[in-house]
Amino acid sequence: MFDWKWEFAWEILPRLVTATGNTLLAAGAGYAIALVLGLALAIAQRSPYRGLTFVVREFVEFIRSTPLLLQIFFIFYVGPQFGIRLSPWMSGMIAIGLHYSCYLSEVYRGGIDSVPKGQWEAAIALNMTTVQKYRRVIIPQAIPSALSGMGNYLVGIFKDTPMLSVIGVAELIHTANAIGSEHYRFLEPFTMVGIIFLAISLPAAGLIRLVEGRVRRKLGLK
Amino acid sequence: MLDMSGFPTELSGENTPMVSFRKVRKSYGALTVLDDLDLDINAGEMVSIIGPSGSGKTTVLRMLMTLEQINSGVIYVDGQPLTHMPKGGKLVPANERHLRSRRADIGMCFQHFNLFPHMTALENCMEGPVQVLGLSKAEARDRSEELLELVGMIAKKDQHPSRLSGGQQQRVAIARALAMRPKVMLFDEVTSALDPEVIGEVTNVIRGLVSEHNLTMLMVTHQMGFARDISDRVCFFYGGKIEEQGHPSELFGNPQRERTQQFLSAVREAV
Repeated sequence: MFDWKWEFAWEILPRLVTATGNTLLAAGAGYAIALVLGLALAIAQRSPYRGLTFVVREFVEFIRSTPLLLQIFFIFYVGPQFGIRLSPWMSGMIAIGLHYSCYLSEVYRGGIDSVPKGQWEAAIALNMTTVQKYRRVIIPQAIPSALSGMGNYLVGIFKDTPMLSVIGVAELIHTANAIGSEHYRFLEPFTMVGIIFLAISLPAAGLIRLVEGRVRRKLGLK
Repeated sequence: MLDMSGFPTELSGENTPMVSFRKVRKSYGALTVLDDLDLDINAGEMVSIIGPSGSGKTTVLRMLMTLEQINSGVIYVDGQPLTHMPKGGKLVPANERHLRSRRADIGMCFQHFNLFPHMTALENCMEGPVQVLGLSKAEARDRSEELLELVGMIAKKDQHPSRLSGGQQQRVAIARALAMRPKVMLFDEVTSALDPEVIGEVTNVIRGLVSEHNLTMLMVTHQMGFARDISDRVCFFYGGKIEEQGHPSELFGNPQRERTQQFLSAVREAV
C-alpha cells in the first residue's frame, strides 16, 4: 500500500525545484505589490478628501469580501473582454498583489492608528508637509506594530500561490499535478510539495519574528 | 459667507502686536469654547493664561499652532493673517500652503512632550531644521547641539526619549521647538505631566528664555507662582473669554473680578 519510490522522487526533484522558484517569485512579486499598494490604500483612507476616502474604503471592503480565486479568474478571463490581455503570470501576480494589498492596508491602518495623536501634532508644530509627516514620523512608528501582521500575510501569500495553478501558472501544485498525471503517481510529488511548503513557511515565520525584534530595537522602541 | 469686512488683510504700524486674536470664536457643536476672543500679545512679551479647566486656555494655543480651526474671527501673527489669506483685497480661509508659510513663525511645547520616540534627542532637534528648513546636517547639528547645551541636555543627546525622564524629555522638546527659530513660542501646560521634583528644571529653562531671548511667549499653566514670577501679563480665562488680565502683581495681588478671586483662592487652598 505504501510504496514510496526514492528513485522517482529523485527524478522529479529538479522540476519541483524549478516550480519552487516560480512559487517564490509569484509570492515575492505579489507581496511587493501588496506592500506598496497597501500603504497607498491605507493613507488614502485617511486623506481629507471625503470622496477618495469613500471610494477606497468600499474598494477594500469589496476585495476582502470576495474570494481570491474569483479575482484571479476575473482578471485573466474577463480582462480580455475589456481589452486587458495579460499572461497567466501577470494576471496572477496582479490578482494576488491586489487581494493582499487590501488586507495589508488594514494592517497598516491599525499601525497608523496606534501612533498617538500627539505625534501628528508635533509634526504640524514643526511645520512638516503631509509627505514628511508620514515618511519621517508616522510610518516609522506604525511599521513596528504592523510587522507581525505583515509577516503573517507574507506566509499567507506564499500558501495562496497554488490558486494560480487554475490559470496555468507553473507553480508547485500545478507542477506536482502535471507530474502525477504523466506518471500516474501522486504520492511522491504531493508529499514533496507539502515538505517544500513546510520547509519554507516555518523558517520564514521565525525569521519574521527575528526581524520584528530587530526593527523595534533599532527604532528605540521596546 | 461670513462678513470679513471688519478684518484688515494685514496689520501695520509701529505698535503692531506679534499675535492678535480678533473676535475669534470656537465651538464644538453647542459648546462654545472661545467666545469672540480679542487678545493682543506684543513682541517680546511673556503672557500666561490661567483659569479653570474647560475655560478655553489650551484651545487658544492649539488654534495659534493651527492644530484646530477657528469658527470665525481672524488670528494675525506678526501683522499677517494666519487663519486666513488675502484674496482680491479680502480675507478668505487659509489653505494648507498659506498655513505652512505662516506656521514657521510659531513653535510649541506640549504637555506630554510628543518627542519622536524613534529618534535620539539630537535627531529630534535636527529633524525640523533638516527636513523643513532645508539646513545641511552639519548646520542643523551645530544649531541643535547649541540648544541642547542651553537646556542642559547635551550630555544625553544620543539617548532616545524612552531613556529620559519627563523633565529631560520636556527640555529636549523645548530645544526642538527653538531649533526652528520661531518668533512666538507656545507652552501648553509643559509641567503638568511632570513629577514635582523635576518641574524646576523645566521652569528654569523657560526662565532663561524670558531673560535672555527676545521671544514672544504664550504659556498655559497651572503653576501660579511660576506665572507670577516670569509673566509680563497674566490673563484669567473663564467661559471662553478673558475675565480679567493685568500685570501679575495686580492680578494675583489685587484681583478685581469675583470669579478671579474665587479661582485664586480655590487654587491657594489646594496647595
